[in-house]
Amino acid sequence: MAKASKVVYREISKEGAGFYLSLGIVGIVALLGVFAAHYMETSGHHVTGMNNQIVWGLPHVFAIFLIVAASGALNVASIGSVFGKTAYKPLARLSGLLAIALLAGGLAVLVLDLGRPDRLIVAATTYNFKSIFAWNIFLYTGFLAIVAVYIWMMLEPKMNHYSSGVGVVAFVWRLALTTGTGLIFGFLVARQGYDAAVFAPLFILMSFSLGLAVFILVLALSAASEDRPLGDYIVLKLGRLLGLFVAGVLYFVIVQHLTNLYATEHHGIERFILLGGGPITKLFWLGQIVIGSLVPLMILYVPAFNKSKTNIYIAAGLVILGGLSQLYVIIIGGQAYPLVLFPRMEVKSSFFDGVINSYSASLPEFVLGIGGVAVAGVITMIGLKILRFLPVNLSDETFDPHFKKTPYTKEH
Amino acid sequence: MTDQKKSILARRRFLGGMLGMAGVSLTSGVTLFSVGEAKAVSGKVRWGMLIDINKCGDGCDDCVTACAKENGICSTGRPESDPQWIRKIDLRDPKSGATKSLPMMCQHCAEPPCVDVCPTGASFKRADGIVLVDKHTCIGCRYCMMACPYKARSFVHEDITDQKSHAPRGKGTVESCTLCVHRIDAGGSPACVEACSDSAGGAMLFGDLNDQSSEISKRVAKYATRQIRADLGLDPGVRYRGL
Repeated sequence: MAKASKVVYREISKEGAGFYLSLGIVGIVALLGVFAAHYMETSGHHVTGMNNQIVWGLPHVFAIFLIVAASGALNVASIGSVFGKTAYKPLARLSGLLAIALLAGGLAVLVLDLGRPDRLIVAATTYNFKSIFAWNIFLYTGFLAIVAVYIWMMLEPKMNHYSSGVGVVAFVWRLALTTGTGLIFGFLVARQGYDAAVFAPLFILMSFSLGLAVFILVLALSAASEDRPLGDYIVLKLGRLLGLFVAGVLYFVIVQHLTNLYATEHHGIERFILLGGGPITKLFWLGQIVIGSLVPLMILYVPAFNKSKTNIYIAAGLVILGGLSQLYVIIIGGQAYPLVLFPRMEVKSSFFDGVINSYSASLPEFVLGIGGVAVAGVITMIGLKILRFLPVNLSDETFDPHFKKTPYTKEH
Repeated sequence: MTDQKKSILARRRFLGGMLGMAGVSLTSGVTLFSVGEAKAVSGKVRWGMLIDINKCGDGCDDCVTACAKENGICSTGRPESDPQWIRKIDLRDPKSGATKSLPMMCQHCAEPPCVDVCPTGASFKRADGIVLVDKHTCIGCRYCMMACPYKARSFVHEDITDQKSHAPRGKGTVESCTLCVHRIDAGGSPACVEACSDSAGGAMLFGDLNDQSSEISKRVAKYATRQIRADLGLDPGVRYRGL
């Protein structure tokens, strides 16, 4: 049986232009994101698709996706250390690295979209502790610190003994972190689309699902770039877990909408999201439900499909698209539906009261969002290059407790 | 003088300069703080407004015009991103066909959600009930805009020219009706209220809701008035009659 302690890890060692070229390209995308943010800040946000109706836009979709995925990416490590599943332990280090990288990328987008990003020091020194945003500042920075310690304990042989304990702390902290992120919306009493406690568990499940989907693809890319063939056993195992998480997200989505449908006061927002016929409705049914949930579930659970690594990668990609769609529906859809100040009355004003608000993202917003993804990419690539995050042997031998070498087993 | 002594003296001068600068910064801070302390407002007062929409004209927007003039708010030709501190909302009951019109602005809640959600405390409520934004600590996250049930807050999307010294504004920060706090502190009343009583129907009444002898308190006690979205329990300082 493969024991985590016996697994040999090594930095990305392949020499040549390939790695640096990839790093350069991802780095340029990250820089473009910074330029986009600078343009938005100096010109003012009127150059974006955001306005006084849709105050949070595409940058927030990307930022929250990355933040939510960050805590989920740590799950692989948690399953190994908290739940004692040894098959996952060899991947715990990569899991920690990805968690830090994704969170840093998400926070970069969030901060650079502020009206006054130059006042970050104010946000870091002046707190209103009734604000979930202020709590999140501590939850996010605390997460970075805890995961950094966790990684150190995994990397340093003398500290390995403590890594399980820190893993438990990290697991509890990540649950709090995603609760905090979900409650950014859950605590918004004014808006029909939010103001629901279900956002906390929904975001926790979303983080499980999105974080694992990103992890699977990053693992596959890392293995491919190093010519370290990835065994079927671990990928199919991760795929089965992903299926469970996708089903969990779908369950909470159903709860979210059914509870709203029960209350008459929320029929308007539900009609808008589920039946309105606009881009939000299409994104909900096609992006979130079909592409992001039903198709991946079919791939991950139907035996004819779930035995292929390629199919698992496709499912992971679809889950990511579904997650982006879901966050778009939550963030943009929730604001597009007008505030209800006078129930059962027709209202109009010069400030767009009573109308469904439209939003189309501008190029700078998109570049800023993708820039955040690139920041996560740069951190992951540099991490893999300079520290021993990735097992040398990614074949079934490393992960499968029942692995037996056969004459046909390739040596890696 | 030896090189070593020169170097020590240079270091002392540098450190002295730094200390001096720190002292100046600190002193100015202390000075600002003490001015703020000297003008501390009383919590015994709760400024509020009563709007009688039976007197509010359908096509009249004198309150909006007066606010814009008083606070230097002008259109950029981009209505979706232009700030609005006060607006007129036209209502129509689809069953009866009855129409009404009313002004909507920051309701200066006793329990303001914008203050609750603001991460830096830039959104704050004065002791006398006026809800304001500290333009120096607002980071432009717009969470308060997400939280406000009245759509009372606006984000400044572009550079602002011709600002009024009594109503500082800034690109990248959030703003809303200040209840003309500068006028109130000088013993006056909000510009919208003044305009409404001067040339329009006199639909807006301003006063101290905590003072039972004030006209606003008497009318609130006498007539049925409503707070918008009273279900949220925010206790807005603006009440409407005839809704």
